[in-house]
Amino acid sequence: MHASLWLTLLLVIPLAAAIGAASTRKVEGRAYVVAIGASVLELVLSLVVACLYNDHVVGAQTFDFATRHVLAAPFGLAYDVGVDGISLLMVVLTALTVLLALLGARVRRQEPAFVAWMLLLSCFTMGSFLSRDLLEFFIFFELTLIPSYFIIAQWGGKERSKAALKFFIYTFTGSAFLFVGTLYLAFMHQHEVPGSALTFAFGALSTTAMSHGTAVWLFIAFAIAFAVKSPIWPFHTWSPITYAEAPTAGSIEIAALLAKLGTYGMLRFAVGLFPLALVGMRPVILTLAVIGIIYGSMLACTTPDLKRFVAYSSIAQMGFITLGVMSGSTIATVGAVLLMFNHGVITIGFFLIIGFIEKRRGSILIKDFKGLQGPAPIMAALFTVVMLASIGLPGLSGFVSEYLILIGTFATHSWWVVVATFGVVAAALYLLWAYQRVFHGKAEGANAEIADATPHEQWVLVPVVVLIVVLGVFPKPVLDRITPSVQQLIHHVAPSGVIK
Amino acid sequence: MKLVVPSIHYLTILPVLIFFGAALALVLASALARGKVPLVVATSTVIAAATASLVVNYFQWRCVARAGASVTIAHAIVLDDFSVVASGVIALSVIMTALVAHDWAIRERISGVEFHILALASSSGALLMTQANDLIVIFLGLEILSIGLYVLAAFDRHRPTSSEAALKYFLLGGFASAIFIYGAALVYGATGSTNLSTISYFLGSNVLLHPGLLYAGGALLLVGFAFEIAAVPFHLWSPDVYEGSPTPVTGLMASIVKVGAFAALLRVLISALGTQLDTWRPILWILIVLTTLVGASLAVVQRNVKRMLAYSSINHAGFILLGVWAGTIRGSAATLFYVITYAPVVVASFAIVTLVGGVGDEHHSIERYQGLARRQPWLGAAFAVLLLSQLGVPLTTGFYAKFAVLAAVVDTGGGALALIALISAAIAAFFYLRWVTALYSDDAPEAARVAVPRSTAAVIAFGVLGTLVFGVWPGPLVTLAQHATVLFTP
Repeated sequence: MHASLWLTLLLVIPLAAAIGAASTRKVEGRAYVVAIGASVLELVLSLVVACLYNDHVVGAQTFDFATRHVLAAPFGLAYDVGVDGISLLMVVLTALTVLLALLGARVRRQEPAFVAWMLLLSCFTMGSFLSRDLLEFFIFFELTLIPSYFIIAQWGGKERSKAALKFFIYTFTGSAFLFVGTLYLAFMHQHEVPGSALTFAFGALSTTAMSHGTAVWLFIAFAIAFAVKSPIWPFHTWSPITYAEAPTAGSIEIAALLAKLGTYGMLRFAVGLFPLALVGMRPVILTLAVIGIIYGSMLACTTPDLKRFVAYSSIAQMGFITLGVMSGSTIATVGAVLLMFNHGVITIGFFLIIGFIEKRRGSILIKDFKGLQGPAPIMAALFTVVMLASIGLPGLSGFVSEYLILIGTFATHSWWVVVATFGVVAAALYLLWAYQRVFHGKAEGANAEIADATPHEQWVLVPVVVLIVVLGVFPKPVLDRITPSVQQLIHHVAPSGVIK
Repeated sequence: MKLVVPSIHYLTILPVLIFFGAALALVLASALARGKVPLVVATSTVIAAATASLVVNYFQWRCVARAGASVTIAHAIVLDDFSVVASGVIALSVIMTALVAHDWAIRERISGVEFHILALASSSGALLMTQANDLIVIFLGLEILSIGLYVLAAFDRHRPTSSEAALKYFLLGGFASAIFIYGAALVYGATGSTNLSTISYFLGSNVLLHPGLLYAGGALLLVGFAFEIAAVPFHLWSPDVYEGSPTPVTGLMASIVKVGAFAALLRVLISALGTQLDTWRPILWILIVLTTLVGASLAVVQRNVKRMLAYSSINHAGFILLGVWAGTIRGSAATLFYVITYAPVVVASFAIVTLVGGVGDEHHSIERYQGLARRQPWLGAAFAVLLLSQLGVPLTTGFYAKFAVLAAVVDTGGGALALIALISAAIAAFFYLRWVTALYSDDAPEAARVAVPRSTAAVIAFGVLGTLVFGVWPGPLVTLAQHATVLFTP
């Protein structure tokens, strides 16, 4: 059996399950069973891949399970998959997110269609993370829009049409730049050797020789697309309404997973392909990241509803990730990759708990809540763990990644870190304050009647809490897998930047 | 003086003869038959003729593969892979339209075979345009194509808008033809020939000291074509005509006119005036920017779906022009690929609009589509796929069509142009998605189910399956389009 079959299976399982789930219209609840079964299988497979991953495959540049088949030569279209240390965690996160979203935020209205879209979304996201080919990545990247659009537009809140449209148009416009940049780069590569075939293979494109000016323009084109997706300030304006209006499972998918496509693309493609541009562009993006951290923290303090609250805190967290991605330091970049995963897990936790509360009270406005800690102590405890991880309490997962980012970046770009560190303090401020307003005090009226987390809800959150604690105490196996790939990437871009 | 009859290679003009012959046969049948010719007979004749044309296309392809491209009838008609593929697309569109029109005619209680006669005659004009190697023949094809369509646009006698559309189309189309023929005359004056190959040879071997006449002629030709493909600012007729014409006719218009006009445009600009690339490119640049942006922006504010699709097709015309702008083999192949993939999708889209329009062909406001996918999941999903294909999302042919033209443009240094076109696609996304949202909206007014007759359903299924299958696996179509343009570009 060729090793790449594992990855093909990772793509085929959710696709097949989506078709299967969509065709079970008649039988109540069967689609859900199919979806859960497929997601469990997917998660197991992704863990197997993560365990078997070997960064020393000869000539594969820390990629493993790789394969490449050209599908349509005139277009340079190819099926080219593989995982390395950077994408490995994202693959696991993809499988984990869809499973927890389905388990914790079940939607019963038109369930077959809903789970089919969720599975498709998981398939397309998986495809983006597995792609080693720029065109293939772009296709999957664009495809993720379709299921997300339908999930928001059909199962969202009151303003769902507006939110879905805003989400789609923003990302679609952003990716226009990515598309043109991709084509430009591929043709530049093709014209280097007259008569050679058009290819979008990442490895080939990363060797393209280009002038400094070209590199800067292409970097900007790529960065716009990824900045919209992440979102990085000032391209974030789609995210609060989208997170707030999407159904809980949709918010989880978008915030925990799709947003990572932005920072992942930024690291792998924008940074990896255009090292020449980094000298000039690094300060710009770092500044935007720091502004995002401060801005997100400030708005998280003032926002009236819980989902928007997570949206703004995510903008701040994505700022930290961007800081690490653009730092040019191996340590900080490893931290950033780890934070992508940790932030994903933390966001799943936040949205699941908010979803539980919303299901009970029908509201997500902070002012509607008071003293939930009394009637729902277990829920409060779970929220506390997730919140403390997000603040970056030592011993929990958020601390490890944020710490790595801050010390790594401090070595290369100290002033930005000086400002960004205020973001850590601000995180404690807005999270604790929100916690106070929702959970502290004396519960009255409907708040006093609220039911505590059911066993099912507790079990769904167990993986989240376990990951938060384990990765906070013993992140070594994960870091060992990330580091070789990051080292290689930093080495590739280093001659033009700072070596640390 | 002895009249020299040019030699005729009949295989070359057989598709045109078949289409025109079938039209004549129907005319004769309706005159000679006692009583009326049944609708089934008329529809079958159209489909048989188009299928025969497709079979002939196959033998033409074999002939070209064996003997190479050739010209006949005093070098006026050309047989090459490009014309074969373009004719095939036209024949396919005609079959699809005939099936849709069959159900439409039953619903509207239209008896008689005039519709089919005109459709066949019009299509033969489009076929002629794909094979033309002479400005006069292009003009001839254009006129045959248009005159049939003028009448078809007015076919719905009960609705005044239909007559209005026809009159508007007729007047503006007449202008366009006049401008085109004037341009042809000026080009003749500048180069001494109307034959595309001769013009190309003349321009390649001579330097024009005073190229003003040629430029004026070329510009007028371009204006004539811009009218046909509805490029901004020559697009004003198209929303009104699309709205007023009976919907199956609109589908026919949107498909065969585009194929014929773009085939001829490519031959004129690339084959004949290829040496003047640097002159016509900036003009086309402006035309493309206006066409894509105006088409997409005005589509957003429409409430009538036929007008919306009219502006959407203007936007698509801008995208197809991108391939022409590139001026390379890759660009020509991309243009051809775009029309191959676009024609079935647009005919199938108009088939659904025909169905939803209901008796009288009058219900074309976007509200009619509220909750369609809730009431009829298959029909709604099919339409969603067709709209998303026009939007250009991956896994549909629409994506690869846009990919092909944009790749050709970026390859020749038009990054900015590609970006502008893509931004227009993002604007267009707005109204395609609004439509999709309407299809899936919950708060639908109680509306009757849309009846889906069998042959129209087949057309829709064909369009949807085509866009999905080749959206996943575009290889064969790409190869076809590329192969078809290799011999064509000088």
